[in-house]
Amino acid sequence: MLIRGNVWKYGDNINTDLIIPGKYLRTTDVSVFAEHAMEGIDKDFSPLTGDVIVAGKNFGCGSSREQAALALKHAKIGCVVARSFARIFFRNAINVGLPIVEADALDFVDKGDEIEVDLSAGLVITRTRVVQGSKLPKFLLEILADGGLVEYRKRHPRSAGPETADLQRV
Amino acid sequence: MVSSALDAQRTISEKILSNASGKPARANDFVLARVHAAMAHDGTSVLGVRAFEAMGASSVWDPDRIAIVFDHIAPASTEMAATLQKSIRSWTKRQGIANFFDVGEGICHQVVVEHGLALPGTLVVGADSHSCTYGALGAFATGVGATDIAEVFATGTLWFKVPETLKIVLSGKLRAHVSAKDVILKIVGTIGADGASYKALEVYGTTTADLSMEGRLTVSNMAIEVGAKAGIIPPDRKTFEYIERIQPQLSYTPCYADEDASYADELHVAVGELGPQIACPHEVDNVKAVEDVAGTPIDQVFVGSCTNGRLEDFKEVAAIVRGETVAVRTIVVPASKHVLLTCMRTGILETLIEAGATVCSPGCGPCLGAHNGVLGRGEACLSTSNRNFKGRMGADGLVYLASPATAAATALQGEIVDPRRI
Repeated sequence: MLIRGNVWKYGDNINTDLIIPGKYLRTTDVSVFAEHAMEGIDKDFSPLTGDVIVAGKNFGCGSSREQAALALKHAKIGCVVARSFARIFFRNAINVGLPIVEADALDFVDKGDEIEVDLSAGLVITRTRVVQGSKLPKFLLEILADGGLVEYRKRHPRSAGPETADLQRV
Repeated sequence: MVSSALDAQRTISEKILSNASGKPARANDFVLARVHAAMAHDGTSVLGVRAFEAMGASSVWDPDRIAIVFDHIAPASTEMAATLQKSIRSWTKRQGIANFFDVGEGICHQVVVEHGLALPGTLVVGADSHSCTYGALGAFATGVGATDIAEVFATGTLWFKVPETLKIVLSGKLRAHVSAKDVILKIVGTIGADGASYKALEVYGTTTADLSMEGRLTVSNMAIEVGAKAGIIPPDRKTFEYIERIQPQLSYTPCYADEDASYADELHVAVGELGPQIACPHEVDNVKAVEDVAGTPIDQVFVGSCTNGRLEDFKEVAAIVRGETVAVRTIVVPASKHVLLTCMRTGILETLIEAGATVCSPGCGPCLGAHNGVLGRGEACLSTSNRNFKGRMGADGLVYLASPATAAATALQGEIVDPRRI
């Protein structure tokens, strides 16, 4: 899976209240989440399809609100690249089909730069450098390829979870 | 149970996840585990139920092991929120969910504990990041998102990466007006907001043993604020007596780490000299000594939340404000109906209201900035809750996190006050 777009650059500890403030949780309308995505930190956030957020450590820390991952996905973000992710956000992103890569690319990008992410290889290609991030395990890539856990479940109704053999490869 | 030979040298997380998955699990293994109980609230159940139905699931795996609690925006503040709650209410009825707690019952984490749904040695998941609270009872409890909880509702199982464990040892006797909140704030300030990312905490030491169960719940509650997956306190006699008191005759098997269990790291914190701590805007790990920011003007004080909304907390506040009048608006939200009733019966509520506090119905209150005390532009709030992120309690508000004692002292002066000075 290849993602191409431009960079939106942020620092460490981008928390879920910055990504989508709690007052917008009173709805199930994903367009509301998308409209207010990153409102807490960047009023000018207006990504085009495939744009990539590049951030520091602990991206998505705070609340378990899945609306944070949904907000970015429906704001057309193609991938989030961060030094590290908070674990609940990590799971939520996979589950809603928002590609993520753990990679240390922050120092090699500026806002607006063109960027390419090879999700299966865990590669982040910036204007100046190719950064090797962590590769996602196969079963998580499959969930992402299907567009999230709900779609994955529809296609694989019988498997209750990742196969053990696959897990051993992680 | 996995045989004891295989249990050698295991942490509590490794043991609980081994038992729940039926195979010996080590840190960094992935397992498919069966959960003991699962929880969602009004903020997460809407997306959870939607995902559950979209997956094609028709009935939940076990209606007796699921708790749905309305606490985040409860009673509903908008027509939209009320309509969403209406849909969840009827879903719980259709599914026969035994543990449905409607408006006014309390905060999900307090309700789960009071109703004995999280027990020593069990694996519990909740669609809320502060589900790690139940670690105070010796459970492996962790927060997940809405789609994960849908998976659990449908199958009773979920995949987990077995976390490495950070062992924390607390020693020393806490001084007057210094409490569990100050201890956990000190830890957050020391190791930082991602200091235990992906890891579980196991909290030991004489201080931990001395803490009340309520204090332990405060410590485990904030494990997520260092990025931890779980914040486990090994159960002891106090734990067992507490469970017996709230829900008699429940059966469970406590789980302990082996003495030679392997830890990712150890952190020793001496708290005997510790003074009151405060997390300043806008990061939970921006922790300072209260005396260093004393005098900072405050517009609102909030006492409540899943961190500090229990009886002991209100008792402490009442002792400080008794016979006095608060200088700023002070919002008090008991964590559950049970806490509210006990505060009523013991006269604590009367003391707080006479001192000028406003009492709201049990629930999350203003913690997440949805209702019951949202901040105006540029206003500052001293809160006993757990997050002070920019925008959390209002777009342009400042949130300071501290203990109930610091909150009470601050309420009386309208500026941040070290509770040891009153």
